[in-house]
Amino acid sequence: MAEPLALILREQFHEPSQQRETATLGMWIFISTEIMLFGGLFLAFTVYRMYYPRAFIAGSADMNIALGATNTAALICSSFTMALGVHSAEIGSRRFLNLFLALTMVLGAVFLGIKFTEYYLHYLDHRVPGPGFFFAGADASKAEMFFLLYFIMTGLHALHMFVGEGILFSMILRNRAGSFSAEYHTPVVLAGLYWHFVDVIWVFLFAIFYIEGLHLHKW
Amino acid sequence: MATVAETPAVERNYLNQGEGILSWLFTLDHKRIAILYLVSVTMFFFLGGLFALLMRLELLAPRAWLFNPEDYNKLFSMHGIIMVWFFLIPSIPTTLGNFFIPMMIGAKDLAFPKLNLLSWYIFMFGGLVTVFALIRGGVDTGWTFYTPLSTTYLNTYVTAAAAGVFIAGFSSILTGLNFIATIHGMRAPGMTWFRLPMFIWTHYATSLVLVLATPVLAVTLLMMGVERVFHVGIFDPALGGDPVLFQHMFWFYSHPAVYIMVLPGMAVISEIIPTFSRKPLFGYDFVAYASMAIAAIGFLVWGHHMFVAGLSVYSAMAFSFLSYLVAVPSAIKVFNWSATMYKGAISWDTPMLYAIGFLGLFTIGGMTGLFLAALGIDVHVTDTYFVIAHFHYIMVGGTVMAFLGGIHYFWPKITGRLYPEGLARLSALIVFVGFNLTFFPQFVLGYLGMPRRYAAYPAEFQMLNVLSTAGASILGVGYIFPLCYLLWSWKYGKKAGPNPWRATGLEWTTASPPPKDNFEVSPVVDGPPYDFGRMREELHLG
Repeated sequence: MAEPLALILREQFHEPSQQRETATLGMWIFISTEIMLFGGLFLAFTVYRMYYPRAFIAGSADMNIALGATNTAALICSSFTMALGVHSAEIGSRRFLNLFLALTMVLGAVFLGIKFTEYYLHYLDHRVPGPGFFFAGADASKAEMFFLLYFIMTGLHALHMFVGEGILFSMILRNRAGSFSAEYHTPVVLAGLYWHFVDVIWVFLFAIFYIEGLHLHKW
Repeated sequence: MATVAETPAVERNYLNQGEGILSWLFTLDHKRIAILYLVSVTMFFFLGGLFALLMRLELLAPRAWLFNPEDYNKLFSMHGIIMVWFFLIPSIPTTLGNFFIPMMIGAKDLAFPKLNLLSWYIFMFGGLVTVFALIRGGVDTGWTFYTPLSTTYLNTYVTAAAAGVFIAGFSSILTGLNFIATIHGMRAPGMTWFRLPMFIWTHYATSLVLVLATPVLAVTLLMMGVERVFHVGIFDPALGGDPVLFQHMFWFYSHPAVYIMVLPGMAVISEIIPTFSRKPLFGYDFVAYASMAIAAIGFLVWGHHMFVAGLSVYSAMAFSFLSYLVAVPSAIKVFNWSATMYKGAISWDTPMLYAIGFLGLFTIGGMTGLFLAALGIDVHVTDTYFVIAHFHYIMVGGTVMAFLGGIHYFWPKITGRLYPEGLARLSALIVFVGFNLTFFPQFVLGYLGMPRRYAAYPAEFQMLNVLSTAGASILGVGYIFPLCYLLWSWKYGKKAGPNPWRATGLEWTTASPPPKDNFEVSPVVDGPPYDFGRMREELHLG
């Protein structure tokens, strides 16, 4: 059975609606800080993209578009299953909530698996910035910066994915313990907000790192 | 009721509810977390102050006589890093803000007590990492970590120091997030936005800056760290990077950070001045809007730190104009505080002395900021002691004065005890004299052309430097005094009672020290803030 509401209401709040609204606001504020965090990186990317357009497009053409597109599809699907999970929580269906949380986790794991496969392929191609970096063409050192930003930005995103997987896992555990009901499921909603945010970041990363050099891609 | 005997029955309050060190380390009570922060930032303040004192000693003589220049570089770097990130940024919000935001809005606690405790642990961890860098050999980049000096050329503990700042940034973010959510969601019934004490408005503006600017610092330091550790190009021009980009990103945080430091000072002043003038805050709405305007415009002026770094003339002009603009809301505040005092029944208690000191010193700091916002003058005085004097008038003359004023003002509420008033007034005077003697000569030095960040200087500057060092030692005494008598009064001071200043505001309606849940009965608000007239009526009727 679900916990009685009195247990869920923390002592600093007067009523459940106040607790829910405050927690949701907190999550939105957190997401704005994340936007500023990634924003700094997008700014750096934009500046150097402007300085070194040829090298950045050449670097982008070197990406594995098939893996990137698969990953994008996986994340968009995971946002869909997450939304279904939140809906299941709202109607109080614990079974479906479990199912959709698990599906979301699986899709997230697919994403991370593919992402690290890509990293490994980059490593084999000597695309990791540093002494071993190799890139054919005149713009090698500029392309190195492209790859550096690629690793920092997708790496930070992957870190957020790991955190997201952890959050989803804890949601599954709490759901199994019967913590959520149609009346109380704020943590699921907040987990959903976070998950969608991380997905949206990826959509932008996909655009700047993969699509830009698509016309030069060697199929 | 029976009169109080030698051993009065101990009331239950937040200080005696829970015994032992663990009850403090695992507390979720915002008041106890505020005390934890107060102890921590005080330690960092004296550590940073020690570095300052050593620098001033070195500058007694024109030649480097006490430290070699490398060590002097470390002294000013560590002074800046400790003071900016481990004292000034957290000082007022995490102590007085943490303690009084819930009390002023009539809440039992902040919205997220666990995050609040977590933020203290993150802060301490960041502090330890930075102190580790310091013990292992220090860092000599200056507090600004400019690239490529920091990433390519220096062989000191740059990464560790930056990592400490990076970590402490997350504690700032959590504090800001907690305050915003609390002010939105936890206000007592009837506590509408325009019935909020100005302390709350100003902390709200501060929190907005905290959550929006700090992540940019984090990511900037992250990129700097990557460049330094892996020797790959992001900011180093030799590796294809743009060092000016680092400066843009750094100051995009660090200029708003100035407002993180000074807005909470304004918050305290906005409480003290009405109380000791017995008048409502003049132009309440405008002061509230001015706080928000400072937070907003403060994000658009960072370029004035870079006038000589290769900005185009046109963007420099835009930044210059915007820097003038941000002075307008600050001036509104100063005028409104002065108008609050006009024809007020002013009493010269210690908090008011600090508040009046703040008014004068902040005004000088602000006005000299306008000199620096003017492109031509800035080129002349940039990187000189003029800049040092300017921002110390804001940071020390503003924020530290407000911090001390706030500590004295709220001390009876925090501890339930009164401090010795005569001694406190004396040390307020010592601080004021010592401060001006330290920093006013630096305006002159800077205007005459003495550059900042050097261990040696031409002999003709010695007189002014000796004055400044003399002032610093007086200032040091002025800071040690309050530390001693406040600690003494915590145990031996006179009982304060709930409202020793006859101040308005919910925090004064409850016991001193407050009970764990702040209020015996959840308060309901039905009138404007600073309603001294109504208070008088109630006293007459009551």
